[in-house]
Amino acid sequence: MTTIVSESRRLRLPVSVPAVVAGLFIVLLVVSAVLAPTIAPYAYDAQNIEVMNEAPSFAHFFGTDEFGRDVLSRIIVGAQTSLSVSVTAVGFSVLTGLVLGSVCGYFGGLVDRILMTVIDLTWSFPEILIALMLVAVVGAGLHGVIIAVAIAYLAQFTRLTRTQVIQLKKEAYIDAAVNLGASDFHILFRHLLPNALAPVLVAAMLATGDAIILEATLGFFGLGAQPPTPSWGAMMSSGTAQLFVAPWVIIIPGCAVALTVIALNIVGDALIDSLDFRNKAREG
Amino acid sequence: MSSFILRRLLAVIPTFFVVSLTVFLLIHLVPGDPIDSLMRAGSSPALREQMAAKYGLDRSLFEQYIIWMGKVLTLDFGTSIIQGRPVAALIAQNLPSSLTLGGTAFLFSSLAGIAAGVLAAKYYGTRIDSSITSGILLGSTIPSFWLALLLILVFAVWLGWVPVSGARGWSSLVLPVIATGLGGVALVARVTKVSMIEIGRQDFVTLLRAKGVSESRIRLQHILRHALVPVISILGLRIGWILGGAITVEVVFARPGLGSLLIRALNQRDYPLVQGCLLMLSMAVILGTIIGDIAQAAMDPRQREASK
Repeated sequence: MTTIVSESRRLRLPVSVPAVVAGLFIVLLVVSAVLAPTIAPYAYDAQNIEVMNEAPSFAHFFGTDEFGRDVLSRIIVGAQTSLSVSVTAVGFSVLTGLVLGSVCGYFGGLVDRILMTVIDLTWSFPEILIALMLVAVVGAGLHGVIIAVAIAYLAQFTRLTRTQVIQLKKEAYIDAAVNLGASDFHILFRHLLPNALAPVLVAAMLATGDAIILEATLGFFGLGAQPPTPSWGAMMSSGTAQLFVAPWVIIIPGCAVALTVIALNIVGDALIDSLDFRNKAREG
Repeated sequence: MSSFILRRLLAVIPTFFVVSLTVFLLIHLVPGDPIDSLMRAGSSPALREQMAAKYGLDRSLFEQYIIWMGKVLTLDFGTSIIQGRPVAALIAQNLPSSLTLGGTAFLFSSLAGIAAGVLAAKYYGTRIDSSITSGILLGSTIPSFWLALLLILVFAVWLGWVPVSGARGWSSLVLPVIATGLGGVALVARVTKVSMIEIGRQDFVTLLRAKGVSESRIRLQHILRHALVPVISILGLRIGWILGGAITVEVVFARPGLGSLLIRALNQRDYPLVQGCLLMLSMAVILGTIIGDIAQAAMDPRQREASK
């Protein structure tokens, strides 16, 4: 008979080995994205006809693409595009979601009902479909992708903040603040939001991972960064033609996406475990 | 039950309104006046007005929307600019292929996901569980188009077991189904596992064990049955994804389908076709979600009560 040992999350150490490794990976990635042009071994757009589609070697760790450009350098510079687009988009999404969600949760009423109807509506759609719809409206390119990704995740953060605010509103210290004559604005921004923030930020971390995938997908369809700007998705898109000759041009950026997203998920899950609000951050 | 179905159907109307308005406005938010591209240089303003009147572009946006909506309801989505064929015909031609892929992928993710979840719960805390759980993490984090490319590389190019692309016969369906369904497998497996463990802790399971019912029978006949409730609700949400979830994979495998039709239209700025595809895909999501809701309500009376 298998017995199920109940986990006591509160007693567990807040950090595990995979979480530390994943965290270090993210730090390393961010640092190399920031320093991209300095640490990249070659210029990302330097073409070299003599080394077209060359397999990974000591000169080119990740090989070269159809124009003889160094894949490693393009991955590093591409990290800049992919990370900044996803982080900006999720940042917009979180900020707007915090405002909309707290207003809806705190005041309720007609505005809440209308907004929630619209939010629930986008909830059931696959993110890629929402993003494609928005890219069709705002046009392809990095700005389009940022807007599309930001709106695709807006529903999640609005809902999460709203649920948080509604729960916190019942706490005694909020009653106390009301009785002391604090204004709605004060209660919302000084008492409710700071307490609702933690789960939202963890959810933002997980959403950044999803946003990287979404950005890569749009880039892969040629709707994101326009050449020669490297992004992980666009690199894979140009690599499809060389799939049989130079598979590394596709494998490497895909690994970059997958590793980043896995690392973000591991760190996010570790944070959820150590802060013990699994249900709040996952359900939204 | 019938009042539940009616309420759900009524809730579709505002959804349909918002979606159709977005899709309609799409063509008006795009920079550039469609009339400009129809006019030859040096045409008189009178001719211009005549053209605008011909296409109804001189009316207010609201009137235009009503006219467009009327046409859409009779399945007239206009004519594709690039391909010169009615959009409805193009959609009808591509729909079966999308449905086959999406439907098979849905089945695959349900069955494989439930099986993986049950296994992980049975061997909870062992190596089998942790390998399934890491598989789940991997499955939910790799982009499906990349997985599709890797599958092509390994199984079609290196091993040569299945065709590289296209849509001829069942063997060309295997890789796209795996690429489309793997994310779903991960999701379903995760929910099944958690739910199996939670139900397994309940008193009636202890009672069954005390009565001497065999372990496998307790798992498959008693626990699984209760554990499936949240799984079904997740699957209900995924029915709507049958068409929309396969967009990326269709493009990679060069399969005909609504997804590849939409991406091509987007890249060629063929807006009537973009509108038609987006509207179809959105309707599929809405319809799928309702079917999921109704299936769930039929299974679980609490759901019917909760939405009152």
